[in-house]
Amino acid sequence: MAKRSAPEVNAGSMADIAFLLLIFFLVTTTIETDSGINRKLPPNEELEDPPIIKQKNIFTVVVNKNNQLLVEEELTDISDLRPLAVEFLDNGGGIDEESCNYCQGSRDPKSSDNPEKAIISLKNDRETSYKVYISVQNELVAAYNELRDREFLRLFPNEYMSFVEANKKYSDPRTSPEEKARLRPLLSEVKIMFPQKLSEAEPSKTKS
Amino acid sequence: MSKFKKKKGGELPAISTASLPDIVFMLLFFFMVATVMRDSTLMVKNQLPAADQVQKLDKKDRVMYIYAGEPSSRYTDKYGSQPRIQLNDKFASVGEVAAFVLAERASKRQELQNVLTTALKVDGDTKMGLISDIKQELRKVNALKINYTTRIGGYTQNID
Repeated sequence: MAKRSAPEVNAGSMADIAFLLLIFFLVTTTIETDSGINRKLPPNEELEDPPIIKQKNIFTVVVNKNNQLLVEEELTDISDLRPLAVEFLDNGGGIDEESCNYCQGSRDPKSSDNPEKAIISLKNDRETSYKVYISVQNELVAAYNELRDREFLRLFPNEYMSFVEANKKYSDPRTSPEEKARLRPLLSEVKIMFPQKLSEAEPSKTKS
Repeated sequence: MSKFKKKKGGELPAISTASLPDIVFMLLFFFMVATVMRDSTLMVKNQLPAADQVQKLDKKDRVMYIYAGEPSSRYTDKYGSQPRIQLNDKFASVGEVAAFVLAERASKRQELQNVLTTALKVDGDTKMGLISDIKQELRKVNALKINYTTRIGGYTQNID
């Protein structure tokens, strides 16, 4: 019998298999960056004398234990929250030094004087679901963002971006420091026009 | 002249591709090792609520995570189904949050200690009571920057 040498296994397709795996891992692994709603908690010390705030400058939002929304003491659907908040913040009902020259609201004397005074007060129950709470927070932030976008576009039309986009660009680590330095005053100017004054009361306990 | 003929006669040898798989495998292993899937194993249900007015949470070294939610199914017999807080790899009570924050803060570099953000990764079905308790604890240790980590999506996804 003739001696036969074992045939060599063709390894040519090995590269293809490995590439396939490589591409699979490249596609499936997403380097996750988390995103969410940023908030700042109030410091722990109690204020000695809390400033007196006019009732008309407060926009109360209450979420009860059944996840129902009470806006200015009226039962409201969450889809109406954003327009109501915008209307309240943009009202500009103040006169003389309290007037607001950039507000486009109805200037109702019963609603907020100007955006710098307007405070949104959010109160929730201990039994409120986190999902609903986040939805409410989201809508309130959206109301601020809507107004800030509007003012940003009006004041700086040459930027060709909204406030939210500019803010995103500003916080992006890839943006050059010069660009950041340029954007900072623009952003803060709009932030001063519509400061985010969102106060959260301590949650009420449900009596069982 | 036969010398030259001999040289011209042989065909150009094909480039060996035998090492190609090795190169590709090297790349493959690099990607498999380099991509970190998750820092700590989740022991709680963590279906984050959706929001669309979000800001990115860059710079992982400045963030500490607090998870909360119902214990996942394999822990329910031991820990029950009441929502709980998870710090690092174990369940914790509300009172331990402050100590955790201080320990995390101490483990970070000096210049980062004042710019830390606490990311709250809380399951959507948790009640606000637990979250308020966490927030009170955070206020006690002056960890005031928080981030409610969410999925990206409209708020309508939160309402069944």
